[in-house]
Amino acid sequence: MSGMIVYGLVNSAMFVLMALGFSLTFGISGVANFAHGAFYVTGAYLTWQMVNSLGFAYPLAIALSIVITGLFGAIMYWVVLYRIRGLELSEVIATFGLGIGLIETYRSLGLSGHSYKLPKFVDGSIEILGVYIDFQRLIIIGVATLLIVSLWFFSHRSKMGLAFRGIAQDEYTALAFGIESDITAMVSLGIGCSLAAIAALVIVPLSLIQVDEGKHILILALAVGIVGGMESIVGIITASLVFGFAQIIVATYFNPHYTMIVMFAAILFVLIVKPSGLFGKFKELEERV
Amino acid sequence: MSRSYKENKGSKYRRERLDRGIKARSDSIFALSSYREALYLVFPRALVIVGLLILPFVLDEYWTKVLIITCVMAILALSWDFIALAGMLSLGQALFFGIGSYLSGIMNHYMGLSPVFCIPLATMVGSAICTAMIIPVLRLRGIYFAMVTFVLPLIITSIIEMTGIFGGVEGLSALSPFPNLWVTVYFIILALFACFFGFRRLMDTDYGLALKAIRDNDQAVMSSGINIYWYKAQALFIGGAAGTFVGAFMTHHYRFVGLPAFSMDYTIFPIACTVVGGSGMFSGALFGAFILTPLGEFLRAIGTWRIVFYSFLMVAFVVVVPEGIFHYLQRKYHQFERWVKTE
Amino acid sequence: MTEHYQLSVENLTKSFGGVRAVHDVSFRLKERDFLGIIGPNGSGKSTLVNLITGFVRPDSGDIFYMGKKITGRKPYSIANLGIGRTFQMAKVFHALPAFKNIIIPLISPRIKRSRGGQYGERDDVAIDLLEEVGFERDSAVPYMTAGDLPHGYLKRLELARCMALRPDLIIMDELFSGMSMAEVAGTLPVVEKLKEEGKTLIMIEHRLKELFRVVDRVMVLNYGQKIAEGTPQEVMETDAVKKAYLGSEE
Repeated sequence: MSGMIVYGLVNSAMFVLMALGFSLTFGISGVANFAHGAFYVTGAYLTWQMVNSLGFAYPLAIALSIVITGLFGAIMYWVVLYRIRGLELSEVIATFGLGIGLIETYRSLGLSGHSYKLPKFVDGSIEILGVYIDFQRLIIIGVATLLIVSLWFFSHRSKMGLAFRGIAQDEYTALAFGIESDITAMVSLGIGCSLAAIAALVIVPLSLIQVDEGKHILILALAVGIVGGMESIVGIITASLVFGFAQIIVATYFNPHYTMIVMFAAILFVLIVKPSGLFGKFKELEERV
Repeated sequence: MSRSYKENKGSKYRRERLDRGIKARSDSIFALSSYREALYLVFPRALVIVGLLILPFVLDEYWTKVLIITCVMAILALSWDFIALAGMLSLGQALFFGIGSYLSGIMNHYMGLSPVFCIPLATMVGSAICTAMIIPVLRLRGIYFAMVTFVLPLIITSIIEMTGIFGGVEGLSALSPFPNLWVTVYFIILALFACFFGFRRLMDTDYGLALKAIRDNDQAVMSSGINIYWYKAQALFIGGAAGTFVGAFMTHHYRFVGLPAFSMDYTIFPIACTVVGGSGMFSGALFGAFILTPLGEFLRAIGTWRIVFYSFLMVAFVVVVPEGIFHYLQRKYHQFERWVKTE
Repeated sequence: MTEHYQLSVENLTKSFGGVRAVHDVSFRLKERDFLGIIGPNGSGKSTLVNLITGFVRPDSGDIFYMGKKITGRKPYSIANLGIGRTFQMAKVFHALPAFKNIIIPLISPRIKRSRGGQYGERDDVAIDLLEEVGFERDSAVPYMTAGDLPHGYLKRLELARCMALRPDLIIMDELFSGMSMAEVAGTLPVVEKLKEEGKTLIMIEHRLKELFRVVDRVMVLNYGQKIAEGTPQEVMETDAVKKAYLGSEE
C-alpha cells in the first residue's frame, strides 16, 4: 500500500515534468509546441553526445543540454514561427512538421539501441515508508516539486511573471502596454523546451533513450493538459496525480498495458463534462468576445 | 511575402496583377460563343479528367498500383482540406482512415460481409463514430481540436496493441479482395472524381458559404442565427467520410488491416499535399497528392528519411509559400503581372 | 405581471476572475422602446450586451424575452428569436465579398422559415440592404471583398448584416465609434428608420449628442452597476452620473 503511494507519486512527478514545458509555452504565448516531444529527445541525445563523443563531464553536459535545447526552441520560434505568428493553422503545422521531422531524423540516423543510455545521477536506494525507492526516482519527485514551486513564485510574484500572465490573458491589451509579445513568445518557447530537456534528463536514466518517446511524451503532455486544463498549474498537478496513481493501480491490480485505456477514458470523460479541462480557464467559444 | 515595390531611376513602381483578357472574356456566358475562350476554361479540367481515365491503360501493373495509392492519398487530402475549410485543423486524418479500415476489416472478418456492404457501412458508421468522439471539442478553441485529433489515433493504437483486440499486433488478414485490378483502379478514380466535384459543388451552395463564414468569423455567424456547431459537425462527418472510405477501400485492396492503418503517415501526408499544393480550393490538394505520391515512390529507397523529407517540406511550404504551388500556377494562368509606376 | 414587456433583464451579475463586470443590473423594455446605454469605459456595457445575446453566461440573474426565459441560451438560438446585435469591433467576413456577408443571416432558420427565396433573389435582398446603409448600389463597393473595405464601411456592413436577420430587437454596440462626422450623419437616418419600422432598439454609445437625439430613455452604467435611468435630461442632471463622467470628457 505504501509502495503504491510512493510509486504513485513518482509517476505523477514524471507526468508533471513531461507536461510542464508544453503547458507553459501554450499558456503564455498560445503557441502549441507540437515539437515538444522532439525537444525532450533532443535534450537526452545532446547530453549523450557530449558525454560519450566529446568527453564532457556529466553535470556539465546536463547543464549545457538544458541551455542548448532552450536555445533551439527560441531559434525555432525566430526562424519559423515568427513569420507565421497569429496564423494558428500554420503555427501548428509548422511545429508539428518540425517535431515529426526531427524525431524521424533521429530514427533514420540510427540513434537507437542499448548503447543509448544515460547514467543515474546517484546510485543506490533508500527506504521510505517501508518501501525501497532509488535515488533517481526521488530526484524526479524533487525536481518536479522544485519546478512547480519556482514557477508559481515566478508567475505570481515577480514582475516578469506577472507580465507573462498579462499576455496570456489578453495579448492585445498587453501589446498596448508595451509588453513585447514576440520576445515573450520566443522566451516562453525557450523555457518550454528547456523544461522538456530537464524532464528528459531526470527520467531517461531510468531506462534508455528511445526515439519513439518523442511521440509518446507529446501524447502524455497533451493528455495531461486536456484533462487538467492547459494553462493551469493546479490542473497539471491534478491531472498528473490522477494519471500517475491510475497507472499504479492499473498496473498492480490489472494489466499495466491498460493505462492507455484509462487515459483515453479520462480524456473522453473530461471532454464530455468540462471540455476545457478540470481547472481550465478557457471559457467556451462564445465567451471569447 | 513578395516584393511589391521597387525603385527604378528614382520613381517608385508597384506590382500590379491583372486578369488576362481571355479570363475576363471567359468569365461570363459568352465564353461559349468562342472556341478559344471555351477551350481556355475547359482545357485544364478536361486534361485532368481524360488523363486520369486513360492512365490505367497506359501504365503497367506496378505503376497502376502507385496510381491507386495516389488517388487514395488525394481523397485523404481532400478530406483534410474540406474539414480545414470549415475552420477545423485536423492533426489526425489517420483516425478516420484507421477507423474506416478497421470497421471494414472487422465486418468482413467477423461477420463475413462482402466488401460491397463493408465499404459503404464502414464509411458511414466510421465517420459517425469519429465525429461523435470529436464533437465535445468543437466548442473550444481550434487548438484543442488539433490536440484531440492528434491524440486519439495514437491512443487507439496503444489500446489495440495492448489488449490484442481485432487482431492486435498482427492485424486481420486474408480479407476479401476486389475482383481485379481494373475494378480497383477505376473504382478509386471514380471515387476521386465524385469526391472532388462533390466537395466543390457543396462549397458553392449555401452550406459551403456558411462554412467559409464560420472559418472567417464564427461569432458573427452565431449572431446571425446559425448553429455553427451543427454545421461544423456535419462538415466533420462529410469530410471524415471521405477519410473512412479510403481506409475501408485500402483494407480490401491490401486484404489486410492492422496497426499501420493508424500510422502517422496518413496524418502527415494529406497535410503535406495540401500545404504544398495549396489549400482551400481542393485542386491544390489534388495537385499536391499527384506530385508527392509518385515522388514518394522514388524516395522509397531512402527509407524512413521519407517522412523527414515530407515533414520538413511541409514546414518549408507553410512558411515560405503559404498559398501553395497550385494557387501560384493558377494565378499565372489567369493573371499577368506588370510593374506600374506609382504617383 | 400586468404590463407586457418585450425584454426584461433582472438582476444580472457577471464577474470575470475577480473583476465584477456587471453587478445586479435590471431594466425592462416595451415594444418600440429606444433605450440608450451610456457609461465610462469599462462600465460593463459590452458585457451586458454579451449577456443578453447569449455570448456570456451570467453568474446570476435572468433574462426574459417576450415572456420566455432566454438565460443561458446559445447565441444563435437567441438570434433566431429575433434579437440582433452589432459588435463593437466590427466582425465581418473578411474573405467574402461585402454582399455575401449579408447572405449569411438569410440562411438562418429564422429567415428560411419566413421567406424561402431562391439564391438569386437573395443577392438582390443583400444589395438592397447594403444600399439602405449607404453602400452605393451601382458601384463596385458591394462586390468588394469585405476585408478590403475602408473602415467606415465596416460598421455599416455590420449593421446591414444585423438587419438582414429581420430582428424585432436590435442592440447596437458603439455603432458610431470610428465613424467620421459625415458617416455618422449618414447612418443616423438608418437608425431612425429602424425606429419608425417599429423595432425595439438599444444603443450603446459614447457620442452622447447624437445618441440623445434619437433615444427615448437612457440608462447609465458605472463599474458594472446601474446608477441612473430616465430621459437624457434627467440622467445628465443626476449627481452620480456627473461624478462618473467627471474627468472623462467625451
